[in-house]
Amino acid sequence: MSEVKDRIAAASGPEEPGTPPALGLVGWLRWMWRQLTSMKTALVLLFLLALGAVPGSLIPQTPIDPIKVSDFLAAHPKLGPLYDKLGLFDVYKSAWFSAIYLLLFISLIGCVVPRLSVYLKGLRARPPKPPRNLNRLPGYERFEIPEAGDVLEVATRELRKRRFRVQAYDGAVGAERGYLREAGNLLFHFSLILALVGVAWGSLFGYRGTVLVVVGNGFSNSVAQYDDFTPGRAFSGDDDLPPFSLTVKDFQAKFQEDGPQKGAAREFKAQLTYQETPDAPEKPYLLEVNHPLRVDGSDVFLLGHGYAPRVTVRDGQGNVAFSGPAPFLPQDANFSSFGVIKAPDARPATLGFEGFFLPTAVIGQQGPVSMFPDDLNPALVMTGYYGRPQPETGKPESVYQLDKTKLTQFTQNGDKWRFQLAPGQSVPLPDKAGSLTFDGYSRWVKLQISDTPGKNLALGGILLAILGLMGSLFVHPRRTWVRVRDEDGRTVVEVAGLDRGLERGLGDEIGAIVKSLKKQEQV
Amino acid sequence: MNPSTLASLSNLLIPTATIIYGLAMLAHAVEWASGLRVVKKDAEAKVLVAADGGEVPDVPADAAPADAVADESSVRGDQASRIGILLTVLAFALHAGGVLTRGLAAGRVPWGNMYEFSITASLAVAIVYLALLKRQRLQWLGLGVTFVITAALGIAVLAFYVPAGDLLPALHSYWLVIHVSAAAIAGGGFTLGGLASVLYLIKSRAEARAVDGKPMPAALRRVPSAESIDAVAYKVHAFSFPIWTFGVLVAGPIWAYYAWGRAWGWDPKEVWSLVTWVVYAAYLHARATAGWRGRRAAWVAIAGWVVFLFNFVGVNLLLSGFHAYSGL
Repeated sequence: MSEVKDRIAAASGPEEPGTPPALGLVGWLRWMWRQLTSMKTALVLLFLLALGAVPGSLIPQTPIDPIKVSDFLAAHPKLGPLYDKLGLFDVYKSAWFSAIYLLLFISLIGCVVPRLSVYLKGLRARPPKPPRNLNRLPGYERFEIPEAGDVLEVATRELRKRRFRVQAYDGAVGAERGYLREAGNLLFHFSLILALVGVAWGSLFGYRGTVLVVVGNGFSNSVAQYDDFTPGRAFSGDDDLPPFSLTVKDFQAKFQEDGPQKGAAREFKAQLTYQETPDAPEKPYLLEVNHPLRVDGSDVFLLGHGYAPRVTVRDGQGNVAFSGPAPFLPQDANFSSFGVIKAPDARPATLGFEGFFLPTAVIGQQGPVSMFPDDLNPALVMTGYYGRPQPETGKPESVYQLDKTKLTQFTQNGDKWRFQLAPGQSVPLPDKAGSLTFDGYSRWVKLQISDTPGKNLALGGILLAILGLMGSLFVHPRRTWVRVRDEDGRTVVEVAGLDRGLERGLGDEIGAIVKSLKKQEQV
Repeated sequence: MNPSTLASLSNLLIPTATIIYGLAMLAHAVEWASGLRVVKKDAEAKVLVAADGGEVPDVPADAAPADAVADESSVRGDQASRIGILLTVLAFALHAGGVLTRGLAAGRVPWGNMYEFSITASLAVAIVYLALLKRQRLQWLGLGVTFVITAALGIAVLAFYVPAGDLLPALHSYWLVIHVSAAAIAGGGFTLGGLASVLYLIKSRAEARAVDGKPMPAALRRVPSAESIDAVAYKVHAFSFPIWTFGVLVAGPIWAYYAWGRAWGWDPKEVWSLVTWVVYAAYLHARATAGWRGRRAAWVAIAGWVVFLFNFVGVNLLLSGFHAYSGL
């Protein structure tokens, strides 16, 4: 074998990469295949898979937290691009990680497919003939009886009772048990392939989108309505989306009010109504974490919540330039929420505001902060900007950020202008530029709507794999023989056994068989 | 009893159990130490005999005095071992009471945060150990088991403690019962398996040295043969691995799907659970691979245990992710 390896090493040396190796292409491929499907390679690939999965938990990942990734890139100008090249910001979709698990699965298929045919052949094989010297086997007992009689039939019955498969031979019976071990082993490995197919199916034909809905508003399931939409590669678009719609009627949150865990979330509930199709009747649903709504193959999840202050902005000419709820995004555990209010239609100057909504406002050393996630003392703390009216560009703009490049901040008495309002209060803008009224606030919920079609296949695959695993771990193959011999005129019964793999209790079982044979024969 | 009385009772029982486990650990340490001290006498005896009997310090000549000393230490070791087991049973009773009252105080399963998971997972170790103690004659694992439980409870009480309370909305699910108990039981088994693998390495080394004529410490002579330790290690791992598979690849993803909208999202805890699974899968394969059986496979099992421990403690303390419980 080492000679062969040397020849291959010589033949596939780096000097002549183009020339076929001495073994011939077929021989070389066969050697490669044998290496790939060997147990040692499988072991190495398993270790590589374990090792390769680790960086994804230590380095920020784009699919999980893109903001952390850009922070990391900003903080590590040299290391960042290198990591990016190595795919370390998206480990589980990187070429090298895919290579490891694909090789592992090819190795697995190459290992278990030949074993399946061997097993299927072996399944029909009869238990083997007794070896010549039974007394050399790990389990062995012998005793004498007056005459052979029907001892072999009794032995056959006893072995069958012990769930052995029995084959009669001349003057002996051979028995084997534990065929299910290899069956379990094969089931385990094939089921893992099944589970992987399920995962792949889901990522090809599934979709996932998130949308922020202010309480009172609705959502209908089309790509344009999502804030963020990730289709599977084989997902064709709106035609594949079930045509349901929903309205968020109410949202309630409860938080721990005392103790060291003060402020921790305790309960989220969103009251919805939904229609499976535009013509279907409206149905109510109480959406909670752990209780997604299932509509027409898609699931609706409650992922998050926040506050949306309702504000009315009047411009310098006294016209309403903006009115309505503006969703603010929570920045900390106490829901200090940042957001912007844009009034591009305000005249003579366009207006824009940015700042915080504080559900439980308290004046701290750094200024006003929120001390509790619930709305115990809500306040709006903002500053304002004005600018020359701009022509409509039609370019999409973020509703959470204010483009301040062409805006100027209001000042008052030489300082930057700030205001703090409680619900119902108004503030005039400096220089008679208009006014802003804090009408109140609504809550919003963040919903995820998704379909992962292969998930039941993946689940079934893993469950079957566990079943197979239990078979391969807990079924113990054993071979047993009973032979009757004439030894110098005496009739001798020999009982012997052999285990495949480490197992205890062989001696006990042989002893029990002997005991029952003796009892039946009244020795 | 009202919840706050139950909570204070639990807060009394858990530290007491910790101390008694510590005492049990001391007893087992005495058991081992009494075995180790004899080695010196054993060696002295050998030298004496060698001086008297000239150049043949062979087995029959020095066996008698060494065995006499070994017998005496063996009696002492047995006593210490029995005291250790007795204390472990006592500590276990208090420990179980502490976990139970904690659960009753909070009105739910007692594994909603790091403190509770630590006290419950270490109870799982104790349950698996005491259940197998008689059948598999596991008293030789006493020192390791009591050490691990004392350490886990000690850290839980000193570093992870939070008062009994309600749970985050994502934890309001019966999958909390299924997923976490599967992880805890499998973790208890992995812990015993890891300890057995460590002892297997020590014992098999001593056996290899004994073949070369080096004396084996009496403490190690009390321990079963490397082969039977290996058999126990394998059994515990074979018991735990399917449960772990169910816990992290079935129950975990199902719950994650309901709570977070995706079955698998490469959260650090998920990553390290998969790494743990892969390492133990490698262990089972290593046992069936020529050149990997025995010592190398034992190292793989120990690596699996280290990965499991990191997943259990390190991921929560060092990495951020969805598996952040209240407080910790």
